[in-house]
Amino acid sequence: MLELRAITAGYDRRAPVVRDATLTVAPGESVGLLGPSGCGKSTLARVAALLHRPDAGTLLLDGAPVHRWRHRAPRELRTAVGVVFQQPRLSADPRLRLTDLIAEPLRATGRRAAVPVRMAELAETVGLTPDLLARRPHEVSDGQLQRACVARALVLRPRWLICDEMTAMLDASTTAALVGVVEDYRASTGAGLLAVGHDRTLLDRWCDRTADWETVTGRSCGGPGAGAPAGKAAS
Amino acid sequence: MTERPPVLSVRGLSVRFLLPGGRRIAAVTDARFDVAPGECLALIGESGCGKSVLASALLGLLPANAQTAGGAFLGDLDLLTADERTLARTVRGRRIGLIPQSPAAHLTPVRTVRSQMEETVAQLTGVRGRTALRTAAERAARRAGFPPDHLDRHPHELSGGLAQRAATALALIGDAPLLLADEPTTGLDRDLVDRTVDELRRHVDADGDRALLMITHDLAAAERVADRVAVMYAGRIVELADAKAFFGAPGPRHPYSRGLLDALPDRAFTPIPGMPPELGDLPDGCAFAARCDRATDACTALPPFTGSIACHHPAPAPAPAPAPEDIRA
Repeated sequence: MLELRAITAGYDRRAPVVRDATLTVAPGESVGLLGPSGCGKSTLARVAALLHRPDAGTLLLDGAPVHRWRHRAPRELRTAVGVVFQQPRLSADPRLRLTDLIAEPLRATGRRAAVPVRMAELAETVGLTPDLLARRPHEVSDGQLQRACVARALVLRPRWLICDEMTAMLDASTTAALVGVVEDYRASTGAGLLAVGHDRTLLDRWCDRTADWETVTGRSCGGPGAGAPAGKAAS
Repeated sequence: MTERPPVLSVRGLSVRFLLPGGRRIAAVTDARFDVAPGECLALIGESGCGKSVLASALLGLLPANAQTAGGAFLGDLDLLTADERTLARTVRGRRIGLIPQSPAAHLTPVRTVRSQMEETVAQLTGVRGRTALRTAAERAARRAGFPPDHLDRHPHELSGGLAQRAATALALIGDAPLLLADEPTTGLDRDLVDRTVDELRRHVDADGDRALLMITHDLAAAERVADRVAVMYAGRIVELADAKAFFGAPGPRHPYSRGLLDALPDRAFTPIPGMPPELGDLPDGCAFAARCDRATDACTALPPFTGSIACHHPAPAPAPAPAPEDIRA
């Protein structure tokens, strides 16, 4: 289980972006989290992905409470969660060729030997040709780069996937293709999915169930507040 | 509508990028279309198909290694051969208003919206004097639905929707007859997409002489706003159709357009197999043939663009109940 219990999180303790959010994803389940721009759903996704320490509340991964986030999170937890962000440009190191971008998690966790086999499988899965794998991010389209980012998220075979607006920058065909890649992966591994987005039609079609931000936080969200940041950097 | 001359007339526009080592990237090839006064034309296609290069070509904003051919006429002015001085002083902002992708990045981060609005008013209109500029800037903001009490904010203090309206307000100041919107709704949520395109539509309808060319990969936004749809694939326009017929019955005629619509989550949600070809390495024949379930030997030759379609075996045009069955048998 991936359980978010009464999570309060934000960037200023006096004005948290997320208040008291509770959401559970069962193993193998896919849950879509729906909310308008600026409501805080991406922040909650970052908490679930071990990338943002909440101010209050508990995150349980497979029954164990998480105490450390970001680089302090223990490796066995970090590698259990794969993340795909909205903007591939901002979440890809511009210096790395796509092949190195995808292989980086393997190298960082001392599984260098697995690179050739895993790369071959994943390139095929996400539809990247050897020619594209040899390029750097500025030499490929958004859609091609997001394919690489999905491959990077799957490379360590995570038990949990967090997709934060994964398809917001993509055209319809690439969207359908990448959702297909994630679903094939889940069908073969039984991984759970938290897909965050604002497109009800898409998430209804994609996920087993969807949860609205109001029900997750127990209160309504006024939409993008006047002070809500416009740019959503997926650092 | 047909008697009045088009606001924009694109005639065989091609753009090539020359890369070191003699590589040539065919970003746009032989694009032909008109945009009439009071009309909204949506140019749709996958990312990397050349849509935004076409927009840059119209504004004279291509990088130095680009070569253009053909023409793009705004009235009598050919945008492709006009010099920088003409483009800067009479076209950008004055005859073409650009509504950019990611408005938050388009605005200057270190200045308030008010100061950018006043500067634009001063540059593009005859308004002079501090009080007059202030009033004009507030009027410009209100016109695009931007709340005047937010004018003293910096761009990072605005939500995505408000940043979009600020950018729209700036684009409208010069009263340009052509609005060019380049992916104006990317990353916005559905409500904001609807509101943004409705506002664009309103600015076209409010003044029957104005035209809108909207470049987008958001098919729902295109359906909501467009009178006609141009579908671009691998740098070429492969289909030009009436929006109602395209999104409703009888539906698109080009196999690529059909594939795009079938990929929508409220339709079949199945992707088109494969990926678009590299623009530096296009096949001699139909660029879509490798992904097309209708492809035959005929597709090794380039299908000519008839004015509505470029395909060797399109779906039938006027039939109210099109037969999607394969006719190869």
